Amino acid sequence: MIRNEDQFDAVIEADQRIESDDWMPEEYRKTLVRQIAQHAHSEIIGMQPEGAWITRAPSLRRKAILTAKVQDEAGHGLYLYGAAETLGVDRGDLLDLLHTKKQKYSSIFNYPTPTWADVGAIGWLVDGAAIMNQVPLCRCSYGPYGRAMVRICKEESFHQRQGFQIMLTLAQGTDAQHQMAQEALNRWWWPSIMMFGPPDTESVHNARNMAWGIKRYTNDELRQNFVDASVPQAEVLGLTVPDSDLVWNEERGHYDFGEPDWEEFARMVRGEGEMPAERIRTRLDAHNGGAWVREAAEAYAAKHEEIAA
Amino acid sequence: MSTGWPLWEVFVRARRGVNHVHFGSVHAADGETALQAARDLFTRRQEGVSMWVVKSTDVVASDPDDEGELFDPAEGKDYRFPTDYELPAEVDHM
Repeated sequence: MIRNEDQFDAVIEADQRIESDDWMPEEYRKTLVRQIAQHAHSEIIGMQPEGAWITRAPSLRRKAILTAKVQDEAGHGLYLYGAAETLGVDRGDLLDLLHTKKQKYSSIFNYPTPTWADVGAIGWLVDGAAIMNQVPLCRCSYGPYGRAMVRICKEESFHQRQGFQIMLTLAQGTDAQHQMAQEALNRWWWPSIMMFGPPDTESVHNARNMAWGIKRYTNDELRQNFVDASVPQAEVLGLTVPDSDLVWNEERGHYDFGEPDWEEFARMVRGEGEMPAERIRTRLDAHNGGAWVREAAEAYAAKHEEIAA
Repeated sequence: MSTGWPLWEVFVRARRGVNHVHFGSVHAADGETALQAARDLFTRRQEGVSMWVVKSTDVVASDPDDEGELFDPAEGKDYRFPTDYELPAEVDHM
């Protein structure tokens, strides 16, 4: 068991894992609570843009797939709230912080999903970017978070493939369907690029979180990996990536690409506009709407305890 | 003759980074002695770095008769697996 900073540093240095009953620096604990909570919030808010399409999915099979995917997001949220609770916080308190906008969720879920192709683009690009972020988190220095991520990554792998398959079906369909897929790519490309966070030069906690083994790669490294993986996939779809600066750089062995609109990113992170308000409203409606179920469960448990006593 | 001591389920964490895993059970008068007995019984060869004991009567287990009802509905939902999605060879590693 780790009892002090020297022992903590030695475990980190040896690239071993910290467990919940170990001593840890207060900032390490706080960073993890914030990151895991915001990750959990993103999972459950992320149910909304796709959940909205379940009733309108174009076939019974697509409905079943989308329902399974949205169920997975709920489950991933619960795994993560559970991991956060090992750090001595309460899930109810974390939800309050989400509901009062004191903690954030990924701003990617503040974009609307106007067409069925957006569901495909989310699976392909947004889940693709999430996987790029999440695979290294399986090796996070905090054991309970890493273990939750292993389970999540395993379940997540079908999400991207089903999204790509939707895109492929549309891209190979009628001209109108092809166009619908292209427009969804146009909408989701830059927001997906920005999912990796601000450039390394402006990322405040990069160095410290790398040293602590909370992060394994920088924002820009992950972003480059994502572009390198996604561009050939767009070519298979026969769609055009909406970046006029995009070009293969033989010397670097990577794609060069343009600069996203970081002002838009800042606006999205601040949660300005109608969409963020609607997301929180929908979340609160679900939370408050479920209150009677929680009360009934407690009443039922209390009654049975009474009978047993 | 029975000691009347309760049964304790033993969970051992093999090393940092992995979950506690169920190893078996011991009889002991209280939690403290259950830990000592479990340590002697299950970790004589450095099998672990951390241990939990939980009173067996505190474990709520599913009824074997409910197995079908609980777990069968997950059958036949191949679309929950990545292998259910055929993609072109160039992107099949996705």
